[in-house]
Amino acid sequence: MVFWRKKRADTSEPTHPQSASTETVPTNRVADDSKNGPSEAKGESPQQDGRAGSNSAESTDSTHAKKVGWFRGFLKKTNDVFNTDIRDLWKSEGRLVDDEFLSDLYAILVRTDMGPSMATSIRDSIRDQYRGRKVQQSEILAVIRERVAQSLKDRGGSLKLAAEKPTVILVVGVNGSGKTTSIAKLANRLTKSGRRVLLAAGDTFRAAAVEQLRIWSERIGCDIVTADSGADPGSVAFRAMQRAVDESFDVCIIDTAGRLQTQSHLMQQLEKIKRVLQKKVPDAPHEVLLVLDATAGQNAISQAKGFSEAAGCTGIVLAKLDGSAKGGVIIPIAEQFGLPVKFIGVGEKLDDLEEFSPDEFAAALFS
Amino acid sequence: MFQSLQDGLLSAFKSLQGKGKLTEANMRDGIAMVERSLVEADVNIDVVRKFVADVSEAAEGRRVLLSLRPHEEFIKIVFEELVNLLGPVDNALALRRGEMTTIMMCGLQGAGKTTTCGKLAVVIKEQKLKPFLIAADLQRPAAIEQLHVLGKQLGVGVFSKEGATDPVSVCREGIAAAKSAHADVVILDTAGRLAIDAELMEQLKQIDRQINPNQVLLVVDGMTGQDAVNSAKAFNDALSLDGVIMTKLDGDARGGALLSVKAVTSVPIKFIGTGEHMDALEPFRPEGMASRILSMGDIVEVAREAHRMIDERERKAIEERMSKGVFTLGDFRDMMQKLRKPGLMTKMLSLMPGMGELSKIMGNVDNEKEMSRLTGIVDSMTPNERRNPKLIDTSRRNRIAAGCGVQPNQVSDLIKQFDMIGPMLQMATAGSTSDKMKMLQQMQGMMANDPFNPLGGMKIKGNTGKRLTPKEREKLLKEREKLLRKKKRG
Repeated sequence: MVFWRKKRADTSEPTHPQSASTETVPTNRVADDSKNGPSEAKGESPQQDGRAGSNSAESTDSTHAKKVGWFRGFLKKTNDVFNTDIRDLWKSEGRLVDDEFLSDLYAILVRTDMGPSMATSIRDSIRDQYRGRKVQQSEILAVIRERVAQSLKDRGGSLKLAAEKPTVILVVGVNGSGKTTSIAKLANRLTKSGRRVLLAAGDTFRAAAVEQLRIWSERIGCDIVTADSGADPGSVAFRAMQRAVDESFDVCIIDTAGRLQTQSHLMQQLEKIKRVLQKKVPDAPHEVLLVLDATAGQNAISQAKGFSEAAGCTGIVLAKLDGSAKGGVIIPIAEQFGLPVKFIGVGEKLDDLEEFSPDEFAAALFS
Repeated sequence: MFQSLQDGLLSAFKSLQGKGKLTEANMRDGIAMVERSLVEADVNIDVVRKFVADVSEAAEGRRVLLSLRPHEEFIKIVFEELVNLLGPVDNALALRRGEMTTIMMCGLQGAGKTTTCGKLAVVIKEQKLKPFLIAADLQRPAAIEQLHVLGKQLGVGVFSKEGATDPVSVCREGIAAAKSAHADVVILDTAGRLAIDAELMEQLKQIDRQINPNQVLLVVDGMTGQDAVNSAKAFNDALSLDGVIMTKLDGDARGGALLSVKAVTSVPIKFIGTGEHMDALEPFRPEGMASRILSMGDIVEVAREAHRMIDERERKAIEERMSKGVFTLGDFRDMMQKLRKPGLMTKMLSLMPGMGELSKIMGNVDNEKEMSRLTGIVDSMTPNERRNPKLIDTSRRNRIAAGCGVQPNQVSDLIKQFDMIGPMLQMATAGSTSDKMKMLQQMQGMMANDPFNPLGGMKIKGNTGKRLTPKEREKLLKEREKLLRKKKRG
């Protein structure tokens, strides 16, 4: 809201005159932080070389550079809230943990969309640990980061590919969450890694959704199975499976129409699509990816629940993380449903799909 | 809609109910719960804090602590503050008669702009004006195609330019085309964007400056979280919005973003989108929304829904029959079959005062089974009985029950329901609005008089004036609880 933005502008500029003008704000701050405690230094300061160790061997230099570049951008954004806002809580050296401090901290946590329960629990644990004491910023940051990383731990993961061709991926989500675009990005990623990808345009409800996916498939250069608007999505799925098996495609990605998790008849339709897939490939779908909008609030929890019940989700794609939203809602989701986040969408271009890394996410959120 | 927020506030109020006096301590509980449920509903934290502060101030300054029924007073204050925050209402699209009105739509990606363009065109058509759509979304693949499909469905002209890259020139040419098509209202569908994307925002500003639309409407996804304030503010700063439309409120999204957007932009909320179909765009009413939030029901909405489902000709026929006092069980059956659209009954129930809880119990039972039973019962009656259900005595009742294979009490239930829904449908078909409102108030009064209403059958008889002994009352209560358990199980 308005006043905290103002407040930040007022207070941060005099205290950090050097930071306002330069692009490297987060880096500077991180460097500052690293003096305070060893844990920050380990997580954050080596922007370039530190990541190299954590990256798997397959990633080339260019993708690596891009990833770091992205995380820098992401860091900058999230630091806006986390670094600056939390910094604002320290007017001088050390600050007393009192009710006002805790209430401010709570507001900052809630702004990431992590939800009231999670925010309350973090606030309370800090209250229990530090109440009535003067604290340093680094202590509080460490507690928060540890807590979030713990929630997200083991919740990352790459795409599971089936031992036998084809790997079937079903993509579900609410209207406008970014399913079709995420599918295009995923298809692009798989095609570039040398796999033959078949798309199934299963969104026969929304006007021109099939067309949208067809245009993407042409740009990517992969095959697609389409149907007329209004056709049964089950039949599209079946034909796609048939073709995927007959022509031995590596991966078959099935698009579905956006639906709200409360529309029970549409959720039943998802179950039906799943059954249809199993006719051709008994262990299909190998992945059911739920696309969540990073701007979504607490309703995303209900989405994760509804879609998991109907379609048995195996992972999340967090789309539109390139905006000003933090996507903090994946923290309660990861905690409640154990759903791993597999990819994050970080831009509008085909290449803007990154594998999710819980450590980096937590670090980026609370550096 | 808003169900979850309702639940939260309801439980907050429950903690106040049954307590003789509202102490500062238990009011603090209530306020804390209001705060939490608003945060849970994705209302921006700063808005929540201000709201909560306003409520506590209002509560403390007034006679709440002395009030006889403090929780009611408290609810009233929360309600009023909510209405204050959501209002003032302004649903008008400010269409200029005799001159072309230009409306520009903007919003984040996936908020539902293109679909809302279609819905808006429907609203404009209903006002006997000619809408015209311009496809200025040159970013998303097939967005133009989507608008064309919608235009064809709705019989509305659409302008697009294949291969164009400059949205400003597309808009300009589109408006020229709209003029030559004699359109009254032009709707510009712009590309979705991220608020922080300076380049695209600049492009929007260009359109705004060069085309100079009469109205700029922001489309906001009802599921948006805390970020709603940031994007709404960015759009408002760039374009100075005239109104907001919130979409996707038909799910269980708590829609708290509505409060956030309203608080940060202070532009009126014009419409809310409540479904995927082209007619699912409702004018926004703060009182109705606040009532729903507080689970107080929204009877005006029921009337509107009922009205929408019955077309003009049918309505005339029924109206005639009703005015002659010959609305029969047969008509009732036909009518109910019309209301068979999935989820509709539940929706209507959930909108009725005090029925929120009941609709939860009914859950998805709804429809098919219930309808076929209803049809069966009515079919087993003689034409005479259908015309005049008062004829039905015990032996007739048993015969009907045997005829369609139900328990006799279900036949009575149906007749009671008929007594109840009859007036409601009548209301939907009634002539003037004031008549409707009168009827609504009557009904609301009827329902409010009977606290057990949601549990038993739909009792509409007024108070008989007979005072029950405590024993009798207890017995009645037990019976009703039993019925409720049965309903839950069945």
